Amino acid sequence: MNKLKRISAKLNLPSTIALLILVIIWSVPTLGLLITSLRRRSDAEVSPWWDALINPLGTVWSADAYQKSLESGMLDAVVNTFAVTIPATILPLMIAANAAYAFTFLQFKGKEIYFAVMVGLMVVPLQAALIPVLRGMVWFQREFDIQLTGTYASAWIVHSAFAMPLAIYIIRNYMLTIPTSLIEAARIDGASYYKIFWSLVLPLSMPAIASFAIFQFLWVWNDYLIAFIFVGQTSPVLTYELLKLLGQYGQGWQDVAAGAFISLVVPLLVFFGLQRYFVRGLTAGSVK
Amino acid sequence: MGDVIFGLIAIIIGIAASYGLYWLLNFLFSLLPQKILKKIQWAAFLLPALVLVTLVLLVPIGQTFIWSFMDDRVKEFVGFENYVTLFTDPNFISVLINNFLWILVVPAITVAIGTAVATLTNQVGPTREKIFKSLIFMPMSISFVAAATIWSLTYAYVPPGRPEVGALNSIVNMFGIESQPWLTMDQGRLNSFLLMAVLVWLQVGYSMVIISAAIKAVPEETLEAARIDGANAWQVFARIILPQVWGSIMAVFVTVLILVMKIFDVVLAMTGGNFNTSVLALEWYRVFFESSDIGPASAIVIVLFVLIVPLMYVQIRTVKQQEELR
Repeated sequence: MNKLKRISAKLNLPSTIALLILVIIWSVPTLGLLITSLRRRSDAEVSPWWDALINPLGTVWSADAYQKSLESGMLDAVVNTFAVTIPATILPLMIAANAAYAFTFLQFKGKEIYFAVMVGLMVVPLQAALIPVLRGMVWFQREFDIQLTGTYASAWIVHSAFAMPLAIYIIRNYMLTIPTSLIEAARIDGASYYKIFWSLVLPLSMPAIASFAIFQFLWVWNDYLIAFIFVGQTSPVLTYELLKLLGQYGQGWQDVAAGAFISLVVPLLVFFGLQRYFVRGLTAGSVK
Repeated sequence: MGDVIFGLIAIIIGIAASYGLYWLLNFLFSLLPQKILKKIQWAAFLLPALVLVTLVLLVPIGQTFIWSFMDDRVKEFVGFENYVTLFTDPNFISVLINNFLWILVVPAITVAIGTAVATLTNQVGPTREKIFKSLIFMPMSISFVAAATIWSLTYAYVPPGRPEVGALNSIVNMFGIESQPWLTMDQGRLNSFLLMAVLVWLQVGYSMVIISAAIKAVPEETLEAARIDGANAWQVFARIILPQVWGSIMAVFVTVLILVMKIFDVVLAMTGGNFNTSVLALEWYRVFFESSDIGPASAIVIVLFVLIVPLMYVQIRTVKQQEELR
C-alpha cells in the first residue's frame, strides 16, 4: 500500500489527470476541425466528426475539400498573406531596432517623454487611428497620384506603425543589457554610431529581435482588420478568405474546415518549430 | 506564378528600401559639421520611428477625437450629439454591458486557469510538462478567425430532424436536453459567454507561459523552509508561491484586459454582432463599414479609448517602476 502511494506520488497522478482533462478540452475542438476537413460532404452532413475517429477504417477519407479550397482562392490568399507578412515583420523590426538603439545609447532632450509616449501607445486600440489613416491615404493618392490603398505597401506601413511601441520597448529592454563600455570603446576606436549599430549592437540584440520577429509574424499573419481595410479584396489574405468561407458553412463544414487548416499550417509550423524563442519573447515582453 | 514573383519583388523592394533609408539618413547626417552632428545624431536613428508613429498613430488619434464631434461626413461640428445619441440608444447600452461582461469574466478566468496549469505542470516532470504546455499553448498561434471557425463547428446547430454534428449539442443530448441554437440564445447573455470561452481558450497559453516562468523563478529555499515548517501543498502555494508571482499574474491580467477591451474578430466571425453579442470595437466596424458614418464611428472609438486610458496610466507607471529598479 505504501509502495503504491509512493509510485502515485512519483507519477503525480492527480496533477496529471487534471492536466489531461484540460489538455483534452484544449485540443479536441481543433482535432474536430482537422477530421471534418478530411471528410466528404455527404459524410460530414449526416454524422458528427467523432464517428470518423471512432471508426477510422470504415470512413472514407478525402482531400477534396482542400483541393476545392485551394482552387477557389485559398492558394492565392497564401501568396498574398506572405507578401503582406514578411515585409510587415522585417520593416518594423528594422525601424524599431534603430529607434531602440537611440533610446538606449544616445543622449538627447526629451528622451523620457518620447519613451513614455511609446509606452502609453502600447495600450491604444488601433481602431482609434484607422479611419483617419485610411482617409489620409486616399487624400495622398489624390494629391500625388500614387496608389496606396489596396496595395501591400499600405498594410506594411500600418502594421509597422502599430508594432512600433511594443517592438521598441522589447528591443530596448534587451539592449540595456549590453554594457555601455563596449560602445564607448568602439567610439574611442573611431567607429561611427552608424557602424556601431550595424556591426556591434544589432548582432548582439539578435535574440530579442528574433523572438519579436516570431511574435510579429504570427500577429500579422493572423490579422484580419488591417488586411481587410488596407488590402481588402484586391489581394485577399487568408483571414479574409476564411471569414468569407465561414459565412457559407451551409455548403458543408468540410470546406470551411479545410480553409481554416490551410490558414493554420504556417503559424503552426512556426509555432512548433520556434516555440522556445516565442516563449522567450513573450516573457521578455511582459511588464512585470 | 506571376503573383508569387510579384510578391517576391515587392518583398525585396520593401526591405531594400528600409535599409537604404537608414544608410541615406546617416550619410546626410555625416555631411553636417561635427558640432551639430553631436547634438542631433540620435535623430538619424529615431526619426523614421517618430515620423511613422506620429503620422499613423498620434495625429490620426487626435483626428478621431475631433471627428467624434462632427457629423456623418465630417463636414460640420455637432457638439456632443454623437455621444448623446450613443448613450440614449438602448442597443449601445447593451453593447457596453457586453464589453463590461467580457472585462469582468475573461481576464480573471484566463489568469486563474493559467495559474492552475502553470502550477500543475510544474509538478509532473519535464517530459509531460513539455507536452501539456505545448498543447495548451498551441491556440496562441491561431488567428481569431480560425479560432472562431473551430468553435463555430463545436457550437454548431442543426435543425431538428437532421443528424446532429455539433459537439456541444451532442453533449447536452446525452443529458436528455434537446439541441439548442447556442449562438442565437441571448437569455442571460449565454451566447456572449460562449464567445468569451473562445478567447479564454486562445489566451490561457500566454497566461500559463508567463506565470510558469515566474513560478520557476521562486527560490527553492523558500519552498523548502515552508515544507520543513510543516506547510502542506496548498499552504506552500497560497502563502509562498502566490505572493512571489503576484506581480506576473497582475501583468498578465492587464495584458489580457487590454486585449479583451478591443475584442472584435471573434464576435464578428461567430455572430456578426447579432443576437445581442456586439461589443464596442465591432460597433465601430459596423457603423463605419456598413453606413460610413465617420462622426458616430469615431465617437464609439473614443468611448473605447476613454475606457483604456486608466490602463495606459498603469502601464506607464509599472514601466517607470521597473526602470528605477535597473
